[in-house]
Amino acid sequence: MKNEGEASEQPDNTAFTQQQLPAWQPILSAGIVIPGFLIIGLAFLGIGIGLFLTSQTIQVLEMDYTGVEKDSPCFQCTIQSVQNCTCEVTFSLSALFTGPVFFYYGLSNYFQNFRKYGVSKDYYQLTGDTQYFKSPRDVCFPYSHDSKNNPIVPCGAIANSMFNDTFELYQIINGTKKKVPLDGKGISWWTDFNIKYRNPSSVNGSFASAFDGTVKPINWPKAAYELDLTDPNNNGFLNQDFLVWMRRAALPQFRKLYRRITEGDYAGGLPAGNYSLTVHYNYPVLSFDGRKKLVFSNVSWMGGKNDFLGIAYLVVGSLCVVMSVVMLIVYAKFKFSDDDDA
Amino acid sequence: LMTRSPNWFSYEKRVDSRTIYVGHRPCPDTEAFIPSKFCDNRIVSSKYTVWNFLPKNLFEQFRRIANFYFLIIFLVQVIVDTPTSPVTSGLPLFFVITVTAIKQGYEDCLRHKADNEVNKYLVTVLEDGRSVKKESEKIKVGDVVEVVEDETFPCDLILLQSSREDGTCFVTTASLDGESNHKTHYTVPDTEKDLQALTATIECEQPQPDLYKFVGRMHIYKPEQEPAVRSLGPENLLLKGATLKNTKKIYGVAVYTGMETKMALNYQGKSQKRSAVEKSINAFLLVYLCILISKAVVCTTLKYVWQSKEGQDEPWYNQKTQKEKDTNMYLKMFTDFLSFMVLFNFIIPVSMYVTVEMQKFLGSFFITWDKDFFDPEIQEGALVNTSDLNEELGQVEYVFTDKTGTLTQNNMEFIECCIDGFQYKHRDTWSEVDGFTVTDGPVNKLQQKEKEELFLRALCLCHTVQVKEAGSEEVLTDQVDGIDEMRPQLEEERGFIASSPDEIALVKGAMKYGFTFLGLESKSMKIKNRENNIEEYKLLHVLNFDPVRRRMSVIVQTKSGETLLFCKGADSSIFPRVKPEEVDRIRMHVERNATEGYRTLCVAFKQLSAEEYAVADTGLREARLALQDREEKLIAVYNQVETGMSLIGATAVEDRLQEEAAETMEALQGAGMKVWVLTGDKMETAKSTCYACRLFQRGTELLELTLRTLEDERLKREEKLRELLQEYHRKAVQDAPPVKAGVTRSWSTANQDYGFIIDGATLSIVMNPQHEVDASQYKSLFLQICQNCTAVLCCRMAPLQKAQIVKMVKTSKGSPITLSIGDGANDVSMILEAHVGIGKEGRQAVRNSDYAIPKLKHLKKLLLAHGHLYYVRIAHLVQYFFYKNLCFILPQFLYQFFCGYSQQPLYDAAYLTMYNICFTSMPILAYSLLEQHISIEILLDNATLYREIANNAMLRWRPFLYWTLLGIFQGLLFFFGVRFLFSNPALQDNGQVFGNWSYGTIVFTVLVFTVTLKLALDTRHWTWINHFVIWGSLAFYVFFSFFWGGIIWPFLKQQRLYFVFANMLSSVSAWLVIIILIILSLLPEILLVVLRKPRGPHSRQVYLSLPFPFWILPFYHIHPILCYSP
Repeated sequence: MKNEGEASEQPDNTAFTQQQLPAWQPILSAGIVIPGFLIIGLAFLGIGIGLFLTSQTIQVLEMDYTGVEKDSPCFQCTIQSVQNCTCEVTFSLSALFTGPVFFYYGLSNYFQNFRKYGVSKDYYQLTGDTQYFKSPRDVCFPYSHDSKNNPIVPCGAIANSMFNDTFELYQIINGTKKKVPLDGKGISWWTDFNIKYRNPSSVNGSFASAFDGTVKPINWPKAAYELDLTDPNNNGFLNQDFLVWMRRAALPQFRKLYRRITEGDYAGGLPAGNYSLTVHYNYPVLSFDGRKKLVFSNVSWMGGKNDFLGIAYLVVGSLCVVMSVVMLIVYAKFKFSDDDDA
Repeated sequence: LMTRSPNWFSYEKRVDSRTIYVGHRPCPDTEAFIPSKFCDNRIVSSKYTVWNFLPKNLFEQFRRIANFYFLIIFLVQVIVDTPTSPVTSGLPLFFVITVTAIKQGYEDCLRHKADNEVNKYLVTVLEDGRSVKKESEKIKVGDVVEVVEDETFPCDLILLQSSREDGTCFVTTASLDGESNHKTHYTVPDTEKDLQALTATIECEQPQPDLYKFVGRMHIYKPEQEPAVRSLGPENLLLKGATLKNTKKIYGVAVYTGMETKMALNYQGKSQKRSAVEKSINAFLLVYLCILISKAVVCTTLKYVWQSKEGQDEPWYNQKTQKEKDTNMYLKMFTDFLSFMVLFNFIIPVSMYVTVEMQKFLGSFFITWDKDFFDPEIQEGALVNTSDLNEELGQVEYVFTDKTGTLTQNNMEFIECCIDGFQYKHRDTWSEVDGFTVTDGPVNKLQQKEKEELFLRALCLCHTVQVKEAGSEEVLTDQVDGIDEMRPQLEEERGFIASSPDEIALVKGAMKYGFTFLGLESKSMKIKNRENNIEEYKLLHVLNFDPVRRRMSVIVQTKSGETLLFCKGADSSIFPRVKPEEVDRIRMHVERNATEGYRTLCVAFKQLSAEEYAVADTGLREARLALQDREEKLIAVYNQVETGMSLIGATAVEDRLQEEAAETMEALQGAGMKVWVLTGDKMETAKSTCYACRLFQRGTELLELTLRTLEDERLKREEKLRELLQEYHRKAVQDAPPVKAGVTRSWSTANQDYGFIIDGATLSIVMNPQHEVDASQYKSLFLQICQNCTAVLCCRMAPLQKAQIVKMVKTSKGSPITLSIGDGANDVSMILEAHVGIGKEGRQAVRNSDYAIPKLKHLKKLLLAHGHLYYVRIAHLVQYFFYKNLCFILPQFLYQFFCGYSQQPLYDAAYLTMYNICFTSMPILAYSLLEQHISIEILLDNATLYREIANNAMLRWRPFLYWTLLGIFQGLLFFFGVRFLFSNPALQDNGQVFGNWSYGTIVFTVLVFTVTLKLALDTRHWTWINHFVIWGSLAFYVFFSFFWGGIIWPFLKQQRLYFVFANMLSSVSAWLVIIILIILSLLPEILLVVLRKPRGPHSRQVYLSLPFPFWILPFYHIHPILCYSP
């Protein structure tokens, strides 16, 4: 027995077992690091300048239309009793607002990222599975059934709280209002619209009857299949506004894309002049001290205006350059002293 | 092998003795034959059976605090409505539990296999006159068992019959107590030749673990005769585990079986040794637990503060259910607290335990694989008995080493002798048989020759050496004739079997000078003398060697009828028993030989008159038959006989140093370790070994604390001891310039080196002084002196004292890490006591050790290279694990401030689960197995490098704080960097906005890349495996994210991450923010790496010559990234 074992007892003489695998031992010498820092620094400075300048060219127009102050145009809509309130916000542009212009609405102190709020939706409903129309999942509770115990479609807190202010934009030319066409297509993620969410298939050729036996969410004025009366392909769960709303914002202060201005006379942007914005004020935010905003912005390759990125690159870039210089000085000093030793 | 405690049965319930019926035959004397129940001969070392494995193993696993904690978290997740699904913590826990269960199951399987091998071994049992082959486990107490040569005994047997004529047999107990010599055991006298006809009972004590104690009686019944009573002693008992040697066949009756055998009782489950790293981990764990709890408390508190504001608690868009509204406020707070705990629990990673275990388990293979540890002579390499202590090898502060067999080879060679005051040295160029020459002084040839021959005869007769029977004749003849001088030593050794190598050396020495011991045949010793005549001596008595007397004697009768007593022993035990005038001539030689490092023995003889012999003979016989106090009585007789002898001469035997012993010791000292030699040998010999090993050097001032220095006419021993201790303390401690911690032998300054010598007797006074009050004072003085000495020699130590010393040092201030190395059974206690026990290959010490190496010289690589690397690896592993989980969870904590403290997770469940298991686990595992921040060659060449990691340098609070701050810094950076980016969530060039999962994914991407690249920065040794796992992990993360977000997963209730990752990558801003955050997080690290770089290619002592000591020093210990230019 012993003899058999002997051969195997001799350890394998391989590079791995002897911990002698060929290895690269990186040496971050000054010769690599100082130029490396310099190059990174310069590159970052370049990117930073590019970002900053790009960010500066982006035009942004923000307007709070919550109506907290008495003299603000939408103040009368904040009074609870008023139904179907409409108010008008006017603004003027002193220069061309380069297109395509993106029209966002913004909410603040609004927590779309509450955990319970976030899970309060039924994904199976939203993929058109009518089985779940009858019995929405428990996570939707308390937004799964109305007071008469009819199932709500789409159920859940997110759908129920869908933003429902609507806006119409007019350019005022010589005292007359010229409607600015707003493009509601392509404001939600392509994958959300085309793959992730699905409408139920029509029953007997009628899309609405697919929703038979269900009720609309409590806060909604219209049922899901009536969301966009102008475009039959923008209804049900595959409504762009609905999809934008369903993608929860990360932070309590957020903006969501409402419309794009890409058509007609305004494809090149909003020309200088006076504009009037008709707001159908439906969405209450004052109860939780929230604010509502309108934002016009154009975008660049980096997205919307954001100075942070440019500044960050500039700071880090210059930090790298400064450090490479400091290291060069220190290295030179110590290298000489090292030579003295030797 | 056996893990069960020997004390599992209670002694009290049992009667004092057991009665065994030999061959299960009823005896006429006893009224009724009641077969008593004894345990069967099954050895059970396994823990589990197939049936109880699952419940028992799970129970044991969940007894571990960490596992229990994770189980609780899991249960909380199942019961309470928590932010993350139970899967996120259940899956890792399941993984851990499964892996551990498989490992333990496998180990238990091996134990079962080993048990079975022993239990199913076929043995021959005599049953009703026939030999029956039986499985070993079926042996019952009372069975008569046959054992043939080279077999091990299947249970404890009383020897009934031997194939040898003289009724003896030889066994070796190497696997029991490490003594490799052959021991003689005797059959019970007067048992019948025909075992079938033997009717007897054995009455013996209940099983007890002492290997050398056995008391029993055998009643032999013969028809029409009074039953004969024979006493049984340990010499009749054959122990399970011992091996039969030099005897064809024996028969014995089983007395103790299975778990009641002395071997099983002696097996003490090795106590779990915990490494310092493990203690550090637990301390860090506590800190992180506090962080976790405080995070949860902060969040819960703030949540309720925040909610108290109007409208915040329940906005219209997020109404609560009626049930939630009705819940008790405090209960809600509690569940919220639990939810936060669950959300942040990833900060204490389950996977760290797995990774640490795996690192230890896999890492230990590098020790067994190391071909430098392979010894071609014994065909064995290093052995790792426990992988838990790998890193401890890099932390050793005290090395306790045995001398004989460890520092020295225990391969004795007869060097010279001294006869009647004249020194005889063996000349290498001897051509005639009489190659024996006086090397000093003139000599009277004729008279001297007589003395010479007497001396050589004494050497030939006074021993217990046996001649190996097979083929021994030719071997011996060859050597005597000098035909085959070149015969390898191995073959020579085969000729003799003895209890100590000294004896063989002496017999061989005598052989070289013409007197050859031919063997012992039926009580007669044959010697071939110089004239090639055979002399025959009748061996009358052997007065065995024992460590108290330190001598042995034989009484022989010459052909002419003279009765002679030859005695050999230590000088201290012989000198008082011979004529004083003879002593002086020899003492000088003995002392000189001792300082040269030789083992010396003195030889004396005496002629016994017929009357004297008669007295001695009766005394000896009576003492031998005594049932009580046999030992004491024997010693008394021995002492009485061994008096009034005349000294013939002294021998010097060299015990050669182990290969590279000196270099190894020097390296250990250079590495800042203190080497203590603990030996049972006498001071002079041990001291000379110390000099030879360069433990003591020429300039070393020796502080001696032995019985000799305690001799003082004015003072009592203890007073003198106190005086000496205080004097030495002044010298070595108070007057010595303060030395930097961990640096004992400074290379640059010419500090006085001190060596300390103490002997066993003095040590016992130090440990147990007459007045209790002095004990602590003596001890602390003694320790302080020892700590300031470069080397300490403790001689004349009993095995237990060795362990005492180790324990004393181990528990002293700062609880230093100790290492014991030894090869013999007498070292086992200290090996078990030390933090790390190292056994040398091939002995019992190996079984009790944590690591075994074939040669002393391997210790250097084991500690300086393997130990150092293991420590650095595991320390880095631990710190890295805590760090990466801190910056993993910190953003999630910060996110609570932005989501109304609603326990919204920042990352998707898949990321939460996979982070520690898949994305970041492999690189650190590869690092912790392969990293060589300094190459092995440099580590071996520069012993001082070992000091850089002394005192757990990389796992102290300062480096921990550094890593924690780094984690906090990076976590803050990750979160707020993305937070500022998301101040405008329109990040795509089509104006679309990103949501919360995009936010989390960006943070997570930065996180995974940063922690992986941080490790890449720390890696100094990039093998292809490192490249593979580091870049592979990152690629896997990207691939997984695409995959996870690219498919609608039917089993998921929400497709949160659908196309989130791909969309993120389509945004330039996301790319830019990821890049800048990664670079910014690593910037301080890169700076550190650069600034800590050694200046020139020749600068080796990097740490000591840091270019920027002023602000790098705080991070001095953190990770020794050294760049050695090739």
